[in-house]
Amino acid sequence: MTTRRLKASLKGWGGVGAMAVACTLTAVIALPPLTHAAQDGSTGVGGPGVATGLQTKAEKCTAPEDQSPPPSGADGPTITAIKNRVGDKRKLVIGVDQNSYRWGYRDPNSTKKTSELEGFDIDLAHRIAEEILGDKDAVVFRAIPTNQRIPAIQNGDVDMVVRTMTITCKRLDEVAFSAPYFQTGQQVLAPKKSTIRGYDKSLADKRICTAATSTAYDTLTAGKTKGDLPGSARVFTVPNQLDCLVRLQLGMADAVVTDGALAAGQAAQDPTVELKGDPFTEEYYGVAMKKGSDDLVRRVNQVLVDYRNSGGWQESYNKWLAADLGPSSGPPAPKYK
Amino acid sequence: MTYGGGQVTYPTKGSAAPPGPPTPTVPAVPSQPGPVATPTPAAAPAPPGRPETEPPRRTAFAEGVDQLRAAATTEPGRLRIIGAALALLVVAFGAVTAWQMADRSAAADDVLHSSQPLSDDAANIYRSLADANTTASSGFLAGGEEPAETRARYERDIRTAASLLVTAAANSEPGSPSADSIAKLNKLLPEYKGLIERARANNRQGFPLGGAYLRYANNKMQEEMLPEAERLYLKENGRLLADYDRATPYPWAAIGLGVVALGALGWAQRRNYRRTNRVLNRGMVAATAASTVVLLWVTVGHTVARAELDSSYDHGVRSLNVLHAARIASLKARGNENLTLVSRGAETVQQDGRTKDAYDVEFQKQMAVLDTRLTEAKRLADDQAGSKPVAVAAGSMEVWQSRHQEARKADDSGDYQGALNKVIGAKADKPTRECFDSVDEELDAALVQEGKEFREAAGDGRSAMNGLPVGAAAFAVLGAAGAVLGIGRRLSEYR
Repeated sequence: MTTRRLKASLKGWGGVGAMAVACTLTAVIALPPLTHAAQDGSTGVGGPGVATGLQTKAEKCTAPEDQSPPPSGADGPTITAIKNRVGDKRKLVIGVDQNSYRWGYRDPNSTKKTSELEGFDIDLAHRIAEEILGDKDAVVFRAIPTNQRIPAIQNGDVDMVVRTMTITCKRLDEVAFSAPYFQTGQQVLAPKKSTIRGYDKSLADKRICTAATSTAYDTLTAGKTKGDLPGSARVFTVPNQLDCLVRLQLGMADAVVTDGALAAGQAAQDPTVELKGDPFTEEYYGVAMKKGSDDLVRRVNQVLVDYRNSGGWQESYNKWLAADLGPSSGPPAPKYK
Repeated sequence: MTYGGGQVTYPTKGSAAPPGPPTPTVPAVPSQPGPVATPTPAAAPAPPGRPETEPPRRTAFAEGVDQLRAAATTEPGRLRIIGAALALLVVAFGAVTAWQMADRSAAADDVLHSSQPLSDDAANIYRSLADANTTASSGFLAGGEEPAETRARYERDIRTAASLLVTAAANSEPGSPSADSIAKLNKLLPEYKGLIERARANNRQGFPLGGAYLRYANNKMQEEMLPEAERLYLKENGRLLADYDRATPYPWAAIGLGVVALGALGWAQRRNYRRTNRVLNRGMVAATAASTVVLLWVTVGHTVARAELDSSYDHGVRSLNVLHAARIASLKARGNENLTLVSRGAETVQQDGRTKDAYDVEFQKQMAVLDTRLTEAKRLADDQAGSKPVAVAAGSMEVWQSRHQEARKADDSGDYQGALNKVIGAKADKPTRECFDSVDEELDAALVQEGKEFREAAGDGRSAMNGLPVGAAAFAVLGAAGAVLGIGRRLSEYR
């Protein structure tokens, strides 16, 4: 009697066991793609990681800096709308940075007795306003943090962003870029006495600061998966690249990774830090505009051509950047789509 | 006069008897010579039919009750019980009055000298910190070398905050949430100051790094220090309200006991009158008089104190709270106005489907708070001296709003310098700075005025309770003595 009941109950459990095995098998077969997808989706604000982005667009997007339409001086709907603004509003609204030394910043000791922003990006912004609206001061500067550059364009808060913004394939999905106007590459910045030698194993166990949603952040994340960056390196983000220098000085970070052009600006503000190693990426800065405003993009490309040919670019470079970055042979040669 | 010969019940073996009945305490019958009335149950005239033999074991309590019952059958015994009960009631009345009024008086003292000043201090800590932060951002807007006036104001704010923290620390209980907040603020203040100095040093060299330090310091202030200071203020304000709650309730226990004592005295005198036909028993009259004095004193004194304390709350504390809130709102508004220009649209929020500058949205919110608080303060101000500064502040606030609109218009059309002049510029630019300063000064004047009114009313309330605890105790002792003497006089008639 007892044995029989035991057998019967065992049989019952056998059924359950079989079901469990079946379920597990199904899960094992079905889940991997799911978890994979979840991992891709969870890379956060930046969306899918750079590596994946490059892979999926491998055929379409190999050189994001060469995707801009050819220059043209013709007006289109976007430019007409800007020109039709009346009175005080007849100005270009340009998103810039006010924290990037030599690029877009406010000199508190300016002898001009004004509080205007100045720098390499600001010169370019004035030049674009001059060519489109005929007045180099017909511009409203909006200081925007790194992670607000794309939303600001998409929401129409600004007409364009001239703010050390790297042209990437991922960003090309969200905004339109002009032809490149500057070439740089990411570099490591650390105290002179630090053991960090560059973008290599010496970053193991170090705290690395970078700006949120910057290309440097994407590169570091991808570098960890690829093995370029030791897994023990801890990457954290702040709203602006300059905030990283604050963290470095306060001992909350061991190294900063950002574009060499900006890192040089940081080194210029603190003689105890220096650039470590060579640039480990190739980056091109472009003017970002709303996707679909083709006429404005072409027009800005035309401004860039004129800017280069008139010597304006070189003049601005010599004024702002030559001291920190050394002499330049001019802007990158544009290739259009 | 049914029991003419009370002596009959006196036992002969009194010395060997168990301790007397619990009620007639020794002082109750001072003139009583020798052993007190301790009739054993056997000696007492037992009810008819009751067996002569006792049960073998009885509890002390049951024996006491029996003794009491036995005593109650004779007039002297009853008198002793009544005398003891009266004395006890009057003494209890006095003790409870002294205790309750000492407690209320101490609470009123705390309101006046401890919790209100501390609550004020906490509000000033918050204000100084917020003002320091706002001033620092103004100095940043002004450029590399900040105006001496701005610097002096910033330094004064930091000094004020630091010294008020010391006072607050000395008055907080170790381990309390207030002490915790104070400790955190004490730790954060030098950190904040250090960051501002770094910001200054970099700003002087023309580095945008100064602005980055200012943002970092501002975050520390907004996200760590001000919330902590607000917690401290709420704690101290809670303590003030608790002290009010301790000081103002009627001492019902004392009043109730007083009424019972007076009733008992009245009953005893009426009984005395009915048995002896004597109208006045001097001792009991004195006891009644003393109890009446205490009862009237405690009722009237506390009513006056309560009225003054309530008035100090309604016209002092509430006004002060509203004025502090208004001042903090104006400071926050000013800070946000500055940050609108410091950040240049770097922070945005979505509102009503439109993208707006986050700091300007916050500015408008704080101005609305300021408006509400000023209206409230005007309503609460009960005299010319209190309402005038509030009215002037309200006028300045309106000018501030209109000038602010001009500044925003200039900034939105790309005239940053124009906007800057409209906010921190010289007198000729008609900047909002003047309006803010005016609001701040007038609110300060109103705070001083309401603080004075508070201290007057609370001081009056506190002094209405002066001497009450000691007086009540003294009168109660007198009353109890009177009752005992009065009864003792009657009792001696039986000897």
